[in-house]
Amino acid sequence: MKLVRYFPVAVDSITANKMRAGLTMLGIIIGVAAVLSILGVGRGASANILDEVASQGTTRLTISPSTESEGEGAGAPVQTLTMGDVKALSDPAFHPDVVEVVPQFAGNIQLVAGSNNKQTRVTGTTADYAGVHGLEMAEGRFLTEEEIARMSNVIVIGTAVATDLFERTQVVGESVRINGEPFTIVGVLEESGNAGFGSNDDSGFIPIGVAHGRIFNVPRYRGEYIVTSASANAVSEERVEAAELQIEQTLRLRRGLGAEDDNDFTISTQASLLDTIGAVTSTLTLLLSSIAAISLVVGGIGIMNIMLVSVTERTKEIGLRKALGAHTSDVLLQFLIESLVLTLLGGLIGIAVSYGLALLVQRIPNFPIDILIGVDALILAVGVSAGCGLIFGLYPAMRATRLDPIEALRYE
Amino acid sequence: MAVSSALIDMQNISKVYRMGETEVAALNGVSLSIEEGEYVAIVGTSGSGKSTLMNIVGFLDSPTEGVFAIHGQKASGLTGRQLADLRNREIGFVFQQFNLLARAPAWRQVELPLFYANVARGTARKRALEALTQVGLAERADHRPEELSGGQQQRVAIARALVNRPSLLLADEPTGALDTRTGEEVMALFEKLHEEGLTLVIITHDQEVAERARRVITMRDGVIISDSGGTAGAAHHDRAS
Repeated sequence: MKLVRYFPVAVDSITANKMRAGLTMLGIIIGVAAVLSILGVGRGASANILDEVASQGTTRLTISPSTESEGEGAGAPVQTLTMGDVKALSDPAFHPDVVEVVPQFAGNIQLVAGSNNKQTRVTGTTADYAGVHGLEMAEGRFLTEEEIARMSNVIVIGTAVATDLFERTQVVGESVRINGEPFTIVGVLEESGNAGFGSNDDSGFIPIGVAHGRIFNVPRYRGEYIVTSASANAVSEERVEAAELQIEQTLRLRRGLGAEDDNDFTISTQASLLDTIGAVTSTLTLLLSSIAAISLVVGGIGIMNIMLVSVTERTKEIGLRKALGAHTSDVLLQFLIESLVLTLLGGLIGIAVSYGLALLVQRIPNFPIDILIGVDALILAVGVSAGCGLIFGLYPAMRATRLDPIEALRYE
Repeated sequence: MAVSSALIDMQNISKVYRMGETEVAALNGVSLSIEEGEYVAIVGTSGSGKSTLMNIVGFLDSPTEGVFAIHGQKASGLTGRQLADLRNREIGFVFQQFNLLARAPAWRQVELPLFYANVARGTARKRALEALTQVGLAERADHRPEELSGGQQQRVAIARALVNRPSLLLADEPTGALDTRTGEEVMALFEKLHEEGLTLVIITHDQEVAERARRVITMRDGVIISDSGGTAGAAHHDRAS
């Protein structure tokens, strides 16, 4: 095929001016490498988060109070999710698909051990929390039903808390002080190895009654302590929606909400959480790669500029080729293929650069995300760089075809 | 359609350029015919119209008026594509400044017209080497222009002009950029090719070069003022029209 025979001509012309070709390609190289890296990081981050969420169980439901102000006028927000709600939801007669309803009251407070102290997020909860949230123990055990009932001064801590306070993780039986009260450490959580989403390394867990009655100054609503959230498990993945409905009905009933009233609480499932995370990460990835794509346009304009210079420099050559019998289409294809080769080469180097970067970054110990560059991204990169060459090479190539051979041959 | 045995037949050719308000006639009713196997020199000072005549003969330009035929076929009203094919097939160009591609080896230079004639790569290379042998540069086939002397570069250009077996070799000041001795070599090569049957038209202002030709056509102000050979009374005919 004749088309193939233009490629050696293009390669000749590019290698004759290596420095210039390299600088011209730089825009495309940087553009392609940036877009691919951002797509890779975006995909990797989203895969990581989704894994994390999925590992915590897909049957979990989380109930949180809405923070809207109650009644007429704009008063202070009142939280209405209480221990009374949790007790009601624990009744299996009305909630056949809901098991293990776990209340939580969380706050930030200082933990003291000897001369060390650490500001820690401490959650008051019940024994089922470990099961519902998929917590693994590194040392000791989680809180027991008996400790919850007796409101014992016991605490389970994350590894970061243990190392900050004691410089080691084998600390079961040691004691920490909260508000001057001593708490016995009964367990240390497994390190999550993930500094990001869903990590409990910096947390502490105490019986809910202790948190409500002694540690935090917790307000009451209609005589019951409020909770910051509650979680529950559905009996199976298929019954998550049914469980959600049962919870919603009970809570609406307890609040006396009419048909036209909105919920003053939200129930989120893992599925809805996954959807939200997916939407957020893909929006972010799209935004960042759009910014990176601007450099592709800038690179394309660089190509157009250099091709115009090249056409002017080679006016005499174009005149000669026309005198020797080149058709307009021959001249057009010659210059179009030259810019195509230039951008394709730039695109391939850009792909290599992004792969190199990914491998380099992966060598960093404990780097939180994998960079995933998929085949579809590669095809996109090759396609976009080829498209750049054709679009930005067209105008210079048309300029070349319009040259009058007599004038062009006389050009010095 | 002109019925003529001539290779090139021109009847009353005029070429008018418009320069702003004024019209300049570069050629003013030129009639000329060139037979196959002729060796013609076209001389004249700059502005005499000889370059315009060459451009028309070489299908680089079309006349404003008049009939121009090659092999008895009229060559007016042709598309750019057809003109390009005629240049490729019928004409071999040799330029004063050689006009070689800067970086290609000699055989690639010579192959170029065959590329545009869609000749297969293997055949093209073979014919390029044959043409280089014809001009005595077979052993220089892989050399680039910068590795060749001026005379050798012009011989590469001549091989390029010959490679597609044109009806006519059109040389524009072929010795203009060469010293006397290499100019002499190039002229000797032209004459050898003429002996072998090639039709040769040389445009020059160099009287010595012109005198070697079998036929000398002198131009001034867009008309032929003398023609040492060719069709009887061509010059007279010209004046009469």
